[in-house]
Amino acid sequence: MSRLTVPKTYKLYIGGKFPRTESGRSIPIQDRKGDTAAHICHASRKDFREAVEVAAKAASSWSGITGYLRGQILYRMAEMLEGRREEFAAAICVTSDTKIAAARKEVDASVDRLVCFAGWTDKYQQVLGCQNPVASSFYNFTVPVSQGVTCVVAPDEPSLLGLITLIAAPLCAGNTVIALGSQKHPIPTAIFGEVCQTSDVPAGAINLLTGKRADIIEQIADHRQVASVSAAGLSKKERVTIEVGGADSLKRVCFSALKNNDWYDARLCASPWAIEPFVEMKTIWHPSASR
Amino acid sequence: MRQQVDTVMVEQRAASFTRRSIKTESKTQGLRLALSMIDLTTLEGKDSDEKVRSLCRKAITPWEGEITPPLPSVAAVCVYPSLVAIAKRALDGSGVNVASVATGFPSGQFPLSVRLDDVTKAVEAGADEIDMVINRGAFLSGYYDEVAEEIKQVRIACGDAHLKIILETGELETLENVRAASDLAIEAAASAGPIADGEVFIKTSTGKISPAATMPVTLVMLDAIQSYFDKTGVRIGMKPAGGIRTAKQSLHYLVMVKETLGNDWLTPTLFRFGASTLTNDVLRQLVRQHTGRYTANFDFSEA
Repeated sequence: MSRLTVPKTYKLYIGGKFPRTESGRSIPIQDRKGDTAAHICHASRKDFREAVEVAAKAASSWSGITGYLRGQILYRMAEMLEGRREEFAAAICVTSDTKIAAARKEVDASVDRLVCFAGWTDKYQQVLGCQNPVASSFYNFTVPVSQGVTCVVAPDEPSLLGLITLIAAPLCAGNTVIALGSQKHPIPTAIFGEVCQTSDVPAGAINLLTGKRADIIEQIADHRQVASVSAAGLSKKERVTIEVGGADSLKRVCFSALKNNDWYDARLCASPWAIEPFVEMKTIWHPSASR
Repeated sequence: MRQQVDTVMVEQRAASFTRRSIKTESKTQGLRLALSMIDLTTLEGKDSDEKVRSLCRKAITPWEGEITPPLPSVAAVCVYPSLVAIAKRALDGSGVNVASVATGFPSGQFPLSVRLDDVTKAVEAGADEIDMVINRGAFLSGYYDEVAEEIKQVRIACGDAHLKIILETGELETLENVRAASDLAIEAAASAGPIADGEVFIKTSTGKISPAATMPVTLVMLDAIQSYFDKTGVRIGMKPAGGIRTAKQSLHYLVMVKETLGNDWLTPTLFRFGASTLTNDVLRQLVRQHTGRYTANFDFSEA
């Protein structure tokens, strides 16, 4: 006997909840044959603003926990993602021409990426920070501290690995993240919220939006609460929008120039220098007994 | 005779005021009005002279940025009696009033003589407005005459200072009690002498008890004010306090006042918000409307 299919409408992930967009809009997603595979939420500017509010609230708790614990949580995300390997591989293939074997490879690389950043959470401080020589009885330290809220605009491809790479670095640094997933291949982003939700990530530390870049890119650029933007695969016009808005509101702006196989290269993507754009340096003078 | 209150209808009606769409120019006007009605409040054990001075600076000039026309000052600064003199000096000539909680705030569980002395001292120190708490224990026990007598004496002790009577609705359990306490407070205040418009307010809460101000409770109190106005032609003021944190909530309250008591009450002399965090959210929205860009919470001073 044939059974009814269960067509899905994926929701957003904001503040540890899965709300529909407040605008009520959705976008049908076509599979490669042109059939409607699912609907995704078409996030509005208001959804973005809401996400900024909750991300700002979550910033103190996410940056306040130890690097060690952040590492455990990122590792837990890797575990959850690994356990759903087939589901994510299938999700990548729904809308793209990627073969299933390549999609599995992408999921594996995403898991590895999370594990790699999980390892860095309590170690990048030693690499990026330093003790400065000064000519008096003081120790002088420069230490990296988190910035607050980072906005991520993920590339269209690789849809999952690109997202994970761009969110993992600021998360590792103790920033909370609002990510706008791939516009062309949104399903992996839409289901990644379920991984976050089952990984002890504090509510609001990771927020995932799907929809159209053009709708919210100006808001991302202008919102003063957003401390930094990390983006990949933008058009020149979109980059200019973010740079102009970012200059006006004193944001760190970081555009990734990674192409194709670069995303799989851990040395390019998962080094402390990928974390560095998402920290601020704080210098401390401390009296010492002797020189 | 206790006034009946239909709880279900009150809740429905209160919820209906939150469904108005207020945009652009009317939103700006509404937010400016809300700002001018705020009693900027600090009521903590850790309040210090400098904290109050800093709050007073914010009360006079809520935002340092440029905006035309200039933003209004808030209506008053609300502090404990021991800090009234500091606030009075800091606000001198600014048009911002000094309000002081008194009568054994927030519990009211002190001998009447102590509570009256509290009021006298605050008035002597320069308080323009006194926020008194009623004795909820006595009210809930049914000692209405005792509660009324206390309110009367406090009003006499206030002299020229305006009086706001805090019912602490979070402890009154039912909306019928809220209505009864509102009627009792207004009548008791009137028994001490004639009331000019805005000379007496009823206020929901101390802010120390949850739930504090809610829309249904405020609606019931507005109804009591309406009844008294219909009977005597005297306008009693209303002050919801506690729990109003967002600009949007403040607009909901303004809609409720407009659609119940009417435009006459849409003035700081007859309607106030008791709040501390509301100010910055209203400012965020106003600056957003002015610049077109969303602001960060660190763009505005805490006090």
